[in-house]
Amino acid sequence: MSAIPSEAPNRPRGVATATPRGARRFADPLFHLTVRLAAASVAVLVVAIFIVLVLDARLSIRTFGLKFLWSDVWLPTNHQFGALSSIYGTLVSTAIAMAIATPLALVIALLLVELLHPAVSRVVGTAIELLAAVPSIIYGMWGLFVLAPFMGRHVEPWLSAHLGFIPVFSGPPLGIGMLTAGLILALMILPFITAVARDVLRMVPQVTKEAGYGMGSTTWEVTRKVSLRYGLQGIIGALFLGLGRALGETMAVAFVAGQLMQVKVGWFWNMNTITSTLANSFTEASDKLFLSVLIELGLILFAITVTIQLIAQVWLRRVGRSLGSER
Amino acid sequence: MSGFRDATRSGAPLEAPATAWPGGQAGAPPSGSAPISPQRQLRQRSPRTRRLADRAVRVFAWAAAWLGIAVLALILYAVVSRGLHAWSTDFFTRATPGDPMQTGGGMANAILGTVLITAFAAVLGIPLGLLAGIYLAEIGRGSRLATAVRIMANVLSGAPSIIVGIFAYALLVKPLGHYSGYAGGFALAVIMLPVMARTAEDMLVMVPNEMRESALALGAPRWKVTFGVVLRAARSGLVTGAVLALVRVSGETAPLLFTAFNSPFWTRGLGGPTANLTVTIYNFALSPYRNWQDLAWGAALLIVVAVLGVSVVARLLFARETER
Amino acid sequence: MKEVRWATRTRVAALLILVLALPALAAILAACGSSSSGNATLPGNGGTTSPSAGAGSTFTVPPRTSNAIIGAGSTFAYPLYSKWASEYQAVSGVNLNYQAIGSGGGIAQIEAKTVDFGASDAPLAPADLQANNLVQFPGTIGGVVLAINVGGIGQGQLRLTGPVLAKVYLGQITKWNDPAIAALNPGLKLPATQITVVHRSDGSGTSWIFTNYLSAISPDWKNKVGFGTEVNWPTGVGGKGSAGVAAYVQQINGSIGYVEYAYALQNNMNYAQLQNKAGAWVKPSLASFAAAAANANWAKVPDFDLALVNEPGATSWPITGASFVLMQKEQTDAARGKMVLKFFDWGFKNGRAASQSLDYVPLPDKLVTLVEHTWSTSLTANGAPIWP
Repeated sequence: MSAIPSEAPNRPRGVATATPRGARRFADPLFHLTVRLAAASVAVLVVAIFIVLVLDARLSIRTFGLKFLWSDVWLPTNHQFGALSSIYGTLVSTAIAMAIATPLALVIALLLVELLHPAVSRVVGTAIELLAAVPSIIYGMWGLFVLAPFMGRHVEPWLSAHLGFIPVFSGPPLGIGMLTAGLILALMILPFITAVARDVLRMVPQVTKEAGYGMGSTTWEVTRKVSLRYGLQGIIGALFLGLGRALGETMAVAFVAGQLMQVKVGWFWNMNTITSTLANSFTEASDKLFLSVLIELGLILFAITVTIQLIAQVWLRRVGRSLGSER
Repeated sequence: MSGFRDATRSGAPLEAPATAWPGGQAGAPPSGSAPISPQRQLRQRSPRTRRLADRAVRVFAWAAAWLGIAVLALILYAVVSRGLHAWSTDFFTRATPGDPMQTGGGMANAILGTVLITAFAAVLGIPLGLLAGIYLAEIGRGSRLATAVRIMANVLSGAPSIIVGIFAYALLVKPLGHYSGYAGGFALAVIMLPVMARTAEDMLVMVPNEMRESALALGAPRWKVTFGVVLRAARSGLVTGAVLALVRVSGETAPLLFTAFNSPFWTRGLGGPTANLTVTIYNFALSPYRNWQDLAWGAALLIVVAVLGVSVVARLLFARETER
Repeated sequence: MKEVRWATRTRVAALLILVLALPALAAILAACGSSSSGNATLPGNGGTTSPSAGAGSTFTVPPRTSNAIIGAGSTFAYPLYSKWASEYQAVSGVNLNYQAIGSGGGIAQIEAKTVDFGASDAPLAPADLQANNLVQFPGTIGGVVLAINVGGIGQGQLRLTGPVLAKVYLGQITKWNDPAIAALNPGLKLPATQITVVHRSDGSGTSWIFTNYLSAISPDWKNKVGFGTEVNWPTGVGGKGSAGVAAYVQQINGSIGYVEYAYALQNNMNYAQLQNKAGAWVKPSLASFAAAAANANWAKVPDFDLALVNEPGATSWPITGASFVLMQKEQTDAARGKMVLKFFDWGFKNGRAASQSLDYVPLPDKLVTLVEHTWSTSLTANGAPIWP
C-alpha cells in the first residue's frame, strides 16, 4: 500500500473519536511498530529454532557429512545412520495425504458454503472441526486399533489382489505402512484445510458470485472460476496449513508406520518418516551421536519445508501473473 | 447469448468489476493476462455437459462430506465408547491415581493443568499471531519482509512438535534447572503462532479494499481502519483461525513432555512440573492396566468436548454469519 | 437462534472475564486443596489419611517445605514407581513425581541435574557412568515374554528354544509348521501359516533385553544384528510400545512378538515356553523371573552392569532384565539425596507386595544388601556419605 497519511487534515467535527488528542500522534506509529515486532517475532523464532537445531546436530553433521542425505543405512548398534528412508517416507506420505485431503476438503468447503442450509452447514462444519480437536495420540491409537486392522483385513488384500500389478500396491498387506500413514495424515489435515477454505469461500463477495450466476454459470463453474480464483491466496494458505501439519505430525504416524528404515516402492511396506523416527527414537536414545542424528533429521525437515515453500512461492508468482493479479 | 459464451470460454466476465480480482485489489483490469488461444475460443461446452459437470461435482461433494463425517463418526464413536464410562464425579474432582490397580481416581489435576497451560499459550500466541497477520495483510503487504515472514510462518507451522518441545526445553528448562508449565505454555504458543498468523493474514486479505478506502477517506487513522473496520469484517474467519490454533495444540504431547513434565499432584500454578491431560493420556493409554486406559480415553473425550465447547462459545461471542 | 447483538466492548469484556476466571478458579481450588478441611471430594489433605484405599486421595498439594523429589526415565518402571510413590507418600509425606519420558530422557535429565534420579532400562557401561559421575543400581526386575497368535495351540503350550527363536527373528524360519518348530512340539498340530514377526518400532529397554538374549544364544544373530535399544531388524513389522506390539500380535494371525510380562498377562495373550540354560522348559512367571534374578552373579560385575539373560537355574526364565536407577555421585543437596535413597529403601523392603501386584519382581535380599552397600560407598554430598 502506498503511503497514506495517518490522519487527514481538517477532520470534520462531530465524527466521534475515541482517541484523545495527544495519543493520536503515537497511535499509528505504535501500531506500525507493534505489528512489525509481532511479525519479526515469527522470524526470530524460526531462526532461534534453527540455531538450536544446528548446535545439537553438529556432531552428526561432522560425522556423516553430506552423504547422510542419500544414505539409507540405519544401524544404531554400529553407529551408522542415513536419512534417505526418512526423507522418502516424509515426502511420499505427505504427498498421499495432500492428494487425498485437498479435493475432499475443497469440495466439503463448497458444500458447506454453497449447497447446504446455513443451520445444517454450521453443524456439519463444527463436526468437521471436531476432527481437528482429537488429540494426535488418539489418532495414532485409532489407527493402531481400528484403521490398520481394517486396511490389513479388507483394503490392502483387495488392492493387492486386483491392482497388485501397479508397483505402489505391493508389499505385505498387513495394514501397517505407507498407505495407512498417508490416510491417517489425510484425516488429520482435512479439517484444517476445510475450515480455512470454508471461511475463504464465505468471504467472496456475493456481488461477484452473482455476476457469474447472472451470466448463466452453474454452481460449480462459479466456484471454480470465480470463488476459487478470488480466494486463491486463502485457499493456497489453507493448503499450506494442511501441508505444514502433515509434515510436522509426530505422534499419529509413529503408531502406524512400522519404522522400517529402508526405501520401498510399495505402499504396503512398513516405512518411516522424519517425525515418526523422532517420535519413536528420541526418548530412548542415550547415545550422543544418535541424539545428534535425530536432531539433524529435524533440521532436514526444516530444510524440506523451506524448499517446498520457496518452490511454491515461485510457482505462485507465475500463476498469479497469468491470472492477472498484480500480487 | 454472446455474453454467455464468453463467460464459459475464459472465465473472465465481460466487464471487469473493481473487486473481481483475487484479494480485492482495486484498480485497473489485469495487465499481462495470457492471451486466449484459438483452440480454447472454439471449444464450446454444451449446456448439458456443464449441467452434468455441476451435478457430478455436487454428488462428489455430498459423497466426500459424508465420507468425512463417517470417518469422524467412527473416531468419535471410538473415543466416546471407550471414554464416556470413565466420566464420573471422581473423574472431575480427584487427582490422577498413582496406583494402576486401584479403581477410581480421576483427572482433576491434569484438567486444571491443561486449562492453565493452554490459556497461557493462547494469551501468548493468539494476539501475537493476530498482530503478525495484520502486518502481513495490511502494513507490510507486498514488501519483501512480508514475503520472508510468510515463508517463515509456513516453516514454523510445519515444525514437528517434538522439535518445538526440544527448543523450549533448551530455552526455558535447562538454563533454569527445572520444569515449568510456563515453558510448556511457551512451546504451545510457538506452535499456535504461525497457525493464527497465516489464517489471520488470509482472512484479512479477503476483505474488499473499498472498506479500507472508505474508512481512510473518512479520516480514520490506519490503526482504526484495521481494528475498527477490517478486523470486524473478517471476524468470522479470525475466530476460525483462533479456534484452529487452539485445536492444533490441544492434543499435543511431545512439546509438554520435556517442558511441563507432568505431575501426579494438584496443580498450584505453572511454576513447576504441571499435570496435564495429554502427557497423562500418553502414559496411561499405553500402559497395560485397564483402569489407567479408561481414564486416558475419558480424558481424550474431554479434550474433544472441551474444544467443541470453546469453538461454540467463541463463535457465539465473536462471529456472525455474514449476512450478504 | 435470535441474534445476540453485543457491542465489541462487551464481547471483549466477556472474553477477558472467561480467561481471567480460570486462573482465579485455579487459585481457589488450590487453596481448598491445601486446607486440612478433610473434604472428601477434593484430593485429600496432608497425607495423613488412609493409604491407597482412597482413590487418588493420597495425592495432595506438595507442602511448602521441600518434601518433593523428582525422577524421570524408564517407561517400563513407571507403573511401579508411581504406585510406590503414592503409597510412600501416605507413610512419609514425601512427594515423588516420577514421569516416564524414556530411558534416554532419564539419562539426559540426570546428567543435566534437572531431576533427582534418572531411570534407564538398559544399564550404562562403567565407562559412561564414570564420565558423567553417575551411580547406578537396579530398581526393579521384570521379564520379557513371547506372545503368539497361532490358531489351534493352547495357552502356553508352544515350546521354542533360543536358537529357533533367533532363526524366526532372523527370517530364516518362516512358517509355523517348519520342521525345527515341529521337532520341539511333537504333540501339537502346527498350521502352515506364515510367521509374522512383530518387534518394537520405538527404542526400548525391552528390545535391549530381548536382543541381548538373542545375541547370547545365537552367534548368527550377534554377528548380523547385535543388541541395543534399537537394532536393524532383519524382518517383521514394528509396533509402538509394548501396547503396539501386543495389538499387532492380537490382530495378525500367525504372529509372534516380545512384550513386557504385564501386557501379556493383562491382555490374556497366548505365550511360548522357552528352554533355559539348564535345559528345562519354563513358563514366564514372577517366580521364574525371580529365580533368574536370584541366580545372577551380581557381585562380580561393577556398577550392576548386568543383563539377566540366560541365567543358570532350573526354573530361571531366560529373558529377564532389571531396570536401573541413576543418581549423581556427588549430591548437591544431601537431604534430597537421602530422601531418594529412603524412598528406594522403602520400596525394596516394604514395596514387595506392590511390585508383585503389578507383575514386577522385587529385588532379592542379597541384591538389596549389595545395592545399599553401594549407596554408602559411592554417594556423597560435600565429601561425606549420605547413607545410611
